[in-house]
Amino acid sequence: MNDDLAPRLSVRGLAKHFTLHLRGGVRLQVLNDTTFDVHRGECIALVGASGRGKSTLMKCLFGSYGADAGSLRFESSAGLVDIATASPQRMLELRKRDISYVSQFLRAVPRVPALDIVAQRLVDAEPAPPSDDLDDEAHERRMDEAREHARALLGRLNLPPTLWDLPPATFSGGEQQRVNVAKGFVQPARLLLLDEPTASLDAANRRVVVELIGEARSRGTAIVGIFHDEGVRDAVATRCVELGQATS
Amino acid sequence: MPMNDCTEPLLRVRGLSHRFASARDERHAVRDADLDLHAGEVVAIVGESGSGKSTLLNCIAGRIAPTQGQVHYRSAEDRWLDVHALTERQQRVLARTEWGFVEQNASEGLRLQVSAGANIGERLMGQGERHYGRLRSSAERWMQRVELDIDRIDDSPRAFSGGMRQRLQIARNLVTRPRLVLLDEPTSGLDVSVQARLLDLIRMLATRMHLCALIVTHDLGVARLLAQRTLVMRHGRIVEQGLTDRVLDDPQHPYTQLLVSSVVAP
Repeated sequence: MNDDLAPRLSVRGLAKHFTLHLRGGVRLQVLNDTTFDVHRGECIALVGASGRGKSTLMKCLFGSYGADAGSLRFESSAGLVDIATASPQRMLELRKRDISYVSQFLRAVPRVPALDIVAQRLVDAEPAPPSDDLDDEAHERRMDEAREHARALLGRLNLPPTLWDLPPATFSGGEQQRVNVAKGFVQPARLLLLDEPTASLDAANRRVVVELIGEARSRGTAIVGIFHDEGVRDAVATRCVELGQATS
Repeated sequence: MPMNDCTEPLLRVRGLSHRFASARDERHAVRDADLDLHAGEVVAIVGESGSGKSTLLNCIAGRIAPTQGQVHYRSAEDRWLDVHALTERQQRVLARTEWGFVEQNASEGLRLQVSAGANIGERLMGQGERHYGRLRSSAERWMQRVELDIDRIDDSPRAFSGGMRQRLQIARNLVTRPRLVLLDEPTSGLDVSVQARLLDLIRMLATRMHLCALIVTHDLGVARLLAQRTLVMRHGRIVEQGLTDRVLDDPQHPYTQLLVSSVVAP
């Protein structure tokens, strides 16, 4: 099959429910037979009323939620893999390089500066060769290169340089989200998952995110996102997939 | 799927059970534990007090001989060793070269009668390093890495705060670049800010030294920030294990759901 025609991600018959054991075993069926494809360079917007499972689907694609049934076949840089059945080790490898996820909330180790949170994402994807010394120069050089990319991206997202060396715990919601966006985009991924990436951003920064999405698409990244802002959705989505009804 | 599934583990635990001779009934402290650990990963064992977390850790460390089951470790020479079939001497050598053990109570993992510098240098001397200048410069470098003031190098750890002792204990364990570090509640009882500093340190060391860390904690927040994978124990059994975010965000076992719902934003 021609590589350009094969989907980057192929979701087939995905089902997901939650059993709430603390609520007498109540069963919530959230996704039922969800099916769609995403090709390289496509940006799929998930649509559907609240509670239809948009975020649940994103978390299944990232492996944070397990799938009950169906397959999530992903063309990774190391070959085809079914995310629905991938081992934790495999999933961690995919997350290092191939799959990026921009969630609405930033979770970070305390004390790490914003710049390093973004730079570390690049270094994790392409670490310096292992060394016997913790203070080795190769790693520092790699980190410095990565910080250059991180600075450029944080600058584009209008995060004031005075904040770059501070841990983001005390940042405003919009500032934290920009760190999150930078972390999601700094490493060119094969699959990018965007959960409301512009929710707490002003118009100027929304435009930057729209540009970043366009650039990722032209690099061939396949994107699945939730965009409640219709202006953003119209600007970035190549197609909508409505949840709650099977779509292909 | 065509992709070759992951690397060979560093440690393999199979069918491990332990029952203390003093136990009044047939209850096991650990029952049928199976787990694999890989180089470069941090794995958390969570569960409430008495769930068997520390017993499992001590069985893995070779400090408790389990009633049943095996612990196999792949050595630096790439040979699989049956940890509980080793002689006591072999176990001791392993414990101070390729392994580290960080005690919950730092004073149990330190020698309080000698200086901070000597605490760090001890494992190096155990490996044959006798050169005073090199021992001292290693100790200084490690004190800096764990953010201890090097002016305190000749002080006894008795004069250190709890957080400083814990950092010293970590430096003492890591100076010989172990491949596997077992940590028993290393941050409990410490101030939140000291805890954050330690978490940051452990994570950095795991990534940079490609070491494998198995950390016992009752704090789901610690697991969330530090561990790529998490195991949940209850009544001696591993009731659930997987990616940390999967275990905490999509818990399957009723007990894990209870654990996750009992804390503020884990």
